[in-house]
Amino acid sequence: MSDILAVEGLTRNFGGLAAVSNVNLRLGTGELVGLIGPNGAGKTTVFNLLTGVYPPSAGTITFTRQDRGPVSIGGRRPYAICRAGVGRTFQNIRLFKDLTVLDNVVIALQQNRRYPLLSSFLRLPPFAKAEAEIHAESLELLRIMGLDAKAEELARNLPYGDQRHLEIARALATKPTLLLLDEPAAGMNPNETAQLTRLIARLRDEFALTILLIEHDMSLVMKICERIYVLDHGVVIASGTPAEVRANPKVIEAYLGEEA
Amino acid sequence: MDQLAQQLINGLSLGSIYALIALGYTMVYGIIQLINFAHGDVYMVGAYVGFASMAILGLGVFESLALAMVTCMILGVVIERVAYKPLRNSTRIAVLITAIGVSLLLEYVMLYFVGAAVRSYPPLPDYFNAQFAVGGVVISAKSLIIIGVSVALMIGLQFIVQKTRIGKAMRAVSQDADAARLMGINVDNTISFTFALGSALAGAAGVLVGIYYNTINPLMGIMPGLKAFVAAVFGGIGLIPGALIGGYFIGVTETLVSGYFSSLLQDAVVFAILILVLIFKPAGLLGKNVREKV
Repeated sequence: MSDILAVEGLTRNFGGLAAVSNVNLRLGTGELVGLIGPNGAGKTTVFNLLTGVYPPSAGTITFTRQDRGPVSIGGRRPYAICRAGVGRTFQNIRLFKDLTVLDNVVIALQQNRRYPLLSSFLRLPPFAKAEAEIHAESLELLRIMGLDAKAEELARNLPYGDQRHLEIARALATKPTLLLLDEPAAGMNPNETAQLTRLIARLRDEFALTILLIEHDMSLVMKICERIYVLDHGVVIASGTPAEVRANPKVIEAYLGEEA
Repeated sequence: MDQLAQQLINGLSLGSIYALIALGYTMVYGIIQLINFAHGDVYMVGAYVGFASMAILGLGVFESLALAMVTCMILGVVIERVAYKPLRNSTRIAVLITAIGVSLLLEYVMLYFVGAAVRSYPPLPDYFNAQFAVGGVVISAKSLIIIGVSVALMIGLQFIVQKTRIGKAMRAVSQDADAARLMGINVDNTISFTFALGSALAGAAGVLVGIYYNTINPLMGIMPGLKAFVAAVFGGIGLIPGALIGGYFIGVTETLVSGYFSSLLQDAVVFAILILVLIFKPAGLLGKNVREKV
């Protein structure tokens, strides 16, 4: 199994603070990996570095697509990284709230299809066909996420759980091969979390994704992640299978404080 | 009654011009939260390009309109790329001051090249001067053409914003630029496109005002620029329908004031409206609840 993502020596300083320091990560194609750690450990910073929100202070990020070979994406611009095939969701929901549910997905899909400007203004037949396909594909994504009945509602009017699902639908619409989920179960009740857990596993298979997810809900993480990285104070303090991580004294210490 | 109808027709012509300028203000504000004070001067450049096109190149009115729109489109993009883009992560006040600088630059560079003298627009084809009497009201073809061209452009804009990909990208960027970036939208290009659209409309407004008032000068952009800004704030800055409503409201108010009271009062009334709006409904007429930002 080849690596889809290889992160080496990733470091990000904010002023004198090392938010992320010398982090190494490897994700095999098709893996479902968890990134956990206490609040402020630097998990979201890692996501922001992976998606180009800010450039790394040091270190390399190599992203491999089977059809294109390895490319270095560290420090590239976010839209370029997204188009290369890295999709993400946000810890705090960041939908386009004043657009319809459908348009949120349509916009993301459209960015992955390029047509000459002239063709799009004149609405030439190949363009109209592509638009129809995008429309159908968007509805299909919404159906998978259980939102197809609400396609024409404004995103802001969706209940919280649906907004979280729409974030995933929108991320899927960017056609990622690597999907980064930032606390997908935040704010959900145990029932919804269990449902989401099954959904994430299903998405991975259906869309042939590799998934890296940040999560605080251990029931979700322990259930579906094949491997886990534990981050504390910007440093990877442990990694391994859920069972290994759970038994690791360093992890227990990071979460619960040092034993007396 | 006839006088009122007459003033309303005049007000709609003037309002169309204000609305076209206000759209550029509001779109740019919607997407990067910048009051682009150079916008009124782009409109002035449009008026001169239209003048040159008719008087020197000998092109027709509508060809000149198109030429002015294209020229202003390019000017708007250049201004954005050169003056505003490097300041993307600066404070808003820095960009605002730069905008004022760009405004003065355009005014005085134009003054240097064309002189301070007021110029008259070249004579228009005869059909512009036709007049129709409806009851006691005289409607000039000129007014109808100005209103017609403006409405056509507004419909075109609405189509671009609502239906096209780049329009959807504009709306996405105006709502959350960072999230848009992470969904694969090229935010810089989207911002440039917004400037292109807004500046093209300002260019069109420049030519239309040349047709309407017949005279142009290098500082002509200041007052209409400010009034269009008032119009945008009145409707709710950042909101396209707000700019339309605001533009027509200001245009009609202005002609009514000058028709029934005194033309000396018209500017004072417009700015009094700005003050009242800012005191009583700072978000504007359509602010907050009907948020269709661009």
